[in-house]
Amino acid sequence: MDGIGEVIAWFTAPEQWSGNNAIPLRLWEHVSLSAASLAAGVAVALPLGLYIGHTGKGARTVIAVANIGRAVPSLGWLGIVYPISVALLARGGLGFWPTFVALVALSVPPIVTNTYAGLREVDPDLREAGRGMGMRESELLRRVEIPIALPVILAGVRASAVTVVATATLSSLVGGGTLGAYVVQGLFINDLPRVVGGAIMVAALALLTEWGFGALQRASVSKGLRERASAQPPAEALRSAAGA
Amino acid sequence: MQDAAGAVVAFEHVTKRYAGAESPAVDDLTFTVRAGEICVLVGPSGSGKTTTMKMINRLIEPTGGRITIGGDDVMSLPAVELRRRIGYVIQQVGLFPHLTIGENVSVVPRLIGWKARRIAERVDELLDLVGLEPATFRERYPNELSGGERQRVGVARALAADPPVMLMDEPFGAVDPIRRDRLQNEFLRLQEKVRKTIVFVTHDVDEAIKMADRIAILARGGVLAQYDTPQAILASPASDFVERFVGADRGLKRLSLARVRDLTLIEPIVVHAGESASDVRRRLERTDEIGYALLLDEKERPLGWIDQHDLDGDGPIDPSAAVPGPTPVQAETTLRDALSVMLASSVQLGVVVDERDRVVGLISVDAISEALRTAPAT
Amino acid sequence: MNEGQPFIRWDWIIDNLDQIGRRLGEHVYMTLLAISIGFAISFALAMLIRSRPGLYGPIIGFSGILYAIPSVALFALLVPFTGLSVLSAEIALVSYTLVILIRNIVTGLEGVPPDVIEAAVGMGYTPSQRLWRVELPIALPVIVAGLRIATVTTIGLVTITTLIGAGGLGYLIVNTGIRRFFDTSTYTGVVLSVALAIAADLLLLALQRRLTPWARARAEA
Repeated sequence: MDGIGEVIAWFTAPEQWSGNNAIPLRLWEHVSLSAASLAAGVAVALPLGLYIGHTGKGARTVIAVANIGRAVPSLGWLGIVYPISVALLARGGLGFWPTFVALVALSVPPIVTNTYAGLREVDPDLREAGRGMGMRESELLRRVEIPIALPVILAGVRASAVTVVATATLSSLVGGGTLGAYVVQGLFINDLPRVVGGAIMVAALALLTEWGFGALQRASVSKGLRERASAQPPAEALRSAAGA
Repeated sequence: MQDAAGAVVAFEHVTKRYAGAESPAVDDLTFTVRAGEICVLVGPSGSGKTTTMKMINRLIEPTGGRITIGGDDVMSLPAVELRRRIGYVIQQVGLFPHLTIGENVSVVPRLIGWKARRIAERVDELLDLVGLEPATFRERYPNELSGGERQRVGVARALAADPPVMLMDEPFGAVDPIRRDRLQNEFLRLQEKVRKTIVFVTHDVDEAIKMADRIAILARGGVLAQYDTPQAILASPASDFVERFVGADRGLKRLSLARVRDLTLIEPIVVHAGESASDVRRRLERTDEIGYALLLDEKERPLGWIDQHDLDGDGPIDPSAAVPGPTPVQAETTLRDALSVMLASSVQLGVVVDERDRVVGLISVDAISEALRTAPAT
Repeated sequence: MNEGQPFIRWDWIIDNLDQIGRRLGEHVYMTLLAISIGFAISFALAMLIRSRPGLYGPIIGFSGILYAIPSVALFALLVPFTGLSVLSAEIALVSYTLVILIRNIVTGLEGVPPDVIEAAVGMGYTPSQRLWRVELPIALPVIVAGLRIATVTTIGLVTITTLIGAGGLGYLIVNTGIRRFFDTSTYTGVVLSVALAIAADLLLLALQRRLTPWARARAEA
């Protein structure tokens, strides 16, 4: 199919590799925006999720957050934030900042709900045994609850990461570049190879993110939990978690 | 509506062999369950008792031999048709959570195609039969019922299409011992009315002795070790295996053969709240046998014992002074169960109640020991 | 940009109610279409998995990969084949519903207690009767939960279909909104899509409650 040939031709053309519409530049814009947003999202959502999950209080807040997160689509956040950022910052309100805020808003719900759920799944007997042994709440959290809940927490981070990488493409709608720029430009001027080229890169980046975090998630399951068959008595599980 | 009587269930050289297994799960089993009888299958784990029962309704297909119901081979019908004509009760009951009690009971009649009016009448009839007030329970959902109530609905559901045969797999296993005694008693009363052929699996020898008209003891591999009445098995075990399985305390097990109704009941001194203490004291002094009065509520149900020494003055008796007695027993309760209940309490008298929990009399530990002494050897 | 003008121009909204209504209608239509087709495909695949459980991994894996592909990319990749049309949008939208719906249907059916199934078999239900009269009704809460998530997600994704010319509320957000620096249109689009998502969620929740009276009974008992 000659379509593939055209796409490859577009990829290898020199314009794509220098100047201010170059692939490396766009890729960097995309990755840096995603990374910054995810980091900020984790910084906000993780402590919140840990607190709610450890104490068990605030389930209603969690559900409310999740519901709001679900109901507002990615484009919706952008649509809300963009006019405000432009009104506040004029030219500076284009591109990075509105997208950043929208991405952070999108990344928070999955991390909060997964962290909460992961901590809630920890056997309450383990908490009781830990407290009985004299562990402080923060030690309990750090040495027992988080290691056990880690796979579920990472699943939330992974979902957030994929959403962030996917939605970062929309930054191109508000002047923010990223790999989505190729898709938007291509649709505007009816340059199909550009559209397809951009789309393939976005898809590849998203899948890489999904698989990368997936591997991280799998690797985070502690060895003791990997064999489902073994059911350790609480004290044993605690001692091994405490690294004694 | 007159329920159809039970049918004869016959096993002829029935074998079940699983692929790759060294020995068969059930090996050349031959026996006949008489119409209208309760046949209890007991045995250690691995004895194939559940497998045997499940071959009757073809949840497990036999690899050899023949099973007949009322003379007809079970293979002569499609399995689905066969199962609609056999009542099936399992331990966890398996009530459909998304259907009301009434709808649960009417499942098989609806599958068969009964008319709506007939189904409705039958549902009410059956709920009444198992002791659940139809108007109250018909529209409820299973998760609103207690464990004992759910067991009863399970039995009603199995009887709905009036099958000649019922299969029961540890039906009372998931309930506590006190409730189990009640459910067993109620079931025996029910069976007296409906007279179905029942094949009942249990691992509890005492339950087998209490419930069975005939017991089939199965050894490993579904080998029939003995098939006889409970009395015969206890009196003359056919082999060492049977003797060991039934247990060394065969003498005590005989207490499971006799029921509370075999004893002569003692008349209790009954009192109600509001009666004068001096009256009661006088009545107790006249008899001088027991020294306790039995306090009843307005429905004649027992609340507790009042010691005659606690009856002071002339005022009305104080209900809070009543000491709760042991769990009441019923006419069908075995002497063994009655004895263990009574020995656990401070007042060594058992209160006997009818199916509405109204007091009908008392029994004493002495009477039970007497019964044990004079029990016939066979 | 818009200095000097009020933030929201209500007069524009009132003047353009018909256009707004049309976009809303397009949005609802695309959502319903995607969910219906997605559910039909997911149900068929779930039935396949039920008879051949080994297929669960590969099917979910493949749908998962589709789900991970960002919507902009998937829409764009379809354009060379099916053009700038509602068809391209629908193909992508349907693909996104699969992983959620298949997983929930399968999980819902697996959640039926084994003793209930044993009783159903022992009482003489045919396999098909068992599926429709016992297993599916019991699995309904989980299935509808999946429908809720899929519907709300789809409503969000439909907003992006404006990029390939499929209309919907995204048109108000992007084409007459962001691209023309016209905040009123942007906000109208956003508010309506959020409202639509919440309304759909509540509607399906009410449907779920109505179809499962026995779950309510426990709460009251």
